[in-house]
Amino acid sequence: MIPAILVFIYLAVVLYIGIFAFRKASGKKEAEDFFLASRSLGPFVFLFSLFGTNMTAFAILGSSGHAFSNGIVTFGLMASSSGLVIPLTLFLIGTRVWALGKKYGFMTPVQMFRDRWECGHIGTAIFVIQAVLLVPYIIIGIMGGGTTLNAISGGLVPYWFGGAIVALVVMSYVFFGGMRGTAWVNTFQTILFLLFGAIAIIVIGKGMGGFSSAVQAMAASPVFAPLLTRERISPLYFFSYTFIPLSAIAFPHILIFCLTAEKMSHFKKTVIFYPLCILAIWLPCVFLGVMANRVSDVPQIRAKQEARRVLATQGKTMTPEARDDLREKAAGDDVIMLLLQRYAPLWLAGLLGAGIMAAVMASDSQILALSTMFTEDVFAHYGGKRRFGESVQVLTGRIFVILITIFAYAVALRAPETIFELAIQYAFSGYAALSPLLVAALFWKGSTKWGALAVTLWTAASVVAVAIFQHAVPAPAPGPATLVWSLSGYEVLTRTPGGTAVLGFMPVVPMVIVSSLLMIVVSMMTRKPTPATVAKYFVDVERKNEPALSIKNSK
Amino acid sequence: MKRTLLIIAVIALYVLHQDFWFWRTAHPLVFGFVPIGLFYQACFSVAASLLMWMLVKFAWPSHLEREIEQQRPEEDATN
Repeated sequence: MIPAILVFIYLAVVLYIGIFAFRKASGKKEAEDFFLASRSLGPFVFLFSLFGTNMTAFAILGSSGHAFSNGIVTFGLMASSSGLVIPLTLFLIGTRVWALGKKYGFMTPVQMFRDRWECGHIGTAIFVIQAVLLVPYIIIGIMGGGTTLNAISGGLVPYWFGGAIVALVVMSYVFFGGMRGTAWVNTFQTILFLLFGAIAIIVIGKGMGGFSSAVQAMAASPVFAPLLTRERISPLYFFSYTFIPLSAIAFPHILIFCLTAEKMSHFKKTVIFYPLCILAIWLPCVFLGVMANRVSDVPQIRAKQEARRVLATQGKTMTPEARDDLREKAAGDDVIMLLLQRYAPLWLAGLLGAGIMAAVMASDSQILALSTMFTEDVFAHYGGKRRFGESVQVLTGRIFVILITIFAYAVALRAPETIFELAIQYAFSGYAALSPLLVAALFWKGSTKWGALAVTLWTAASVVAVAIFQHAVPAPAPGPATLVWSLSGYEVLTRTPGGTAVLGFMPVVPMVIVSSLLMIVVSMMTRKPTPATVAKYFVDVERKNEPALSIKNSK
Repeated sequence: MKRTLLIIAVIALYVLHQDFWFWRTAHPLVFGFVPIGLFYQACFSVAASLLMWMLVKFAWPSHLEREIEQQRPEEDATN
């Protein structure tokens, strides 16, 4: 119970920082202050809060759980590719969105799209798809909270109650503190979970008597040796995953966060240190997730391994429901906490548990982003701000925070998927498919609102299609995928144990490619925005016939 | 020229992420316990950070900053 008490103390500290420590700056616009912290974040807070915003429950729980089942491939799949793609998109897109936000006062991506492509309702369509895809991300945070508190307390705090506590704490500091409170809480949390990785690996390594003998024993075992390589994952699947980090910049909470920097130069440290921050947190978590397979004296871990073994050996003869049940039992989302309970002293397990909670509670930014989007893209756009004033707009945003949190909590209680699967299958792939919107808006003068609509509708349709397909065709047992459609001997569509494959790629690859093609083809066939609007985004257009938003050295 | 080299560097690093040469082996174990595939990807992250430093150093879009700076005095004057 001591670790759980320490985690509750941590939650109280977070609540204090979020609610009381960072009140509204005087003399600022009310809405801009609540939703964007008056665009005044410094370099340190900007780096840590932006990074923290992007690290969800899955950075610690999902990564170690995935590594427990799949091995070291987890790091290359998700961490190192993100370490390249995400800072690159922050450099290319984030800086430009920041500049446009400063210049024209945008507070959400949809505001920019509406202005860039001279559209109204198409912007609303983009808002709807963004909002629908963001909700699963919020649910992940609440699920992670429930899982974490349940595991840290040794089962004394039930899952439903843990999720409720996390939801309540996050909702409170977002409600009162807005973006400023959220940013400072994120900064505090990021520092905590960056420390977490280093401490956890030292403590657990010491407890296990060093890693050398454990790794060598695994390498010699036919059952566990594949976890130290990537032989269970196909190179096409590995390649597909490099498309997933494109989702980061398309996530509204990340793009909105880009608008909070006081100066563009604050992006410099963020861009440079982002890959190292990812390394610091993911490497220990992935490694420890793999090492958990060598721990034979923790009954819960043994039960997971047994479920995995039964699934692999008898899965083919089981019903889909029985397979799903075993998959849930084999899921390793809580292995890192089980390791801490086994090897760390109680007080340290509590502190490290607080570090895990820090990552779990990243849903704050998503809740705030959704509230910002609703109040700006719907309430203000359709005349609410003009009729009722800015104070009512902020109040609407706060009420929205409560409603969306309650909704997410209710879904989290019923959702059967693991944290990791839920995130990847819907939100990440969908947002990656939306990323061509940003590229087209910022880098292509010829893009049009109809191209944007085509991308939005395609994203919605493809996400729904993948969801329906995976519901209709049950996941096979570990081993060969189920072939659903082949053409001239090529496997076009297959159902894999972990999801869906299109020509061997994850669905995200065709989703992004088709999105890009639709933007190009439809834009070429439809009417462009007026030259005056295009000139706002490509200021050099008249002077040099060269986009102002291209890479160029100023020196 | 500088811009071309930077673009090549980004593409090269992206390609290097697909390290099929360490696909099916855990050996050598770096420091006695880190499988080579994991070590490679950790080094890749450090290389990504270095690449970002180069982009910031040699391709920073300062013209956008200047635009905002120029806009501020105009706003102050109108206020």
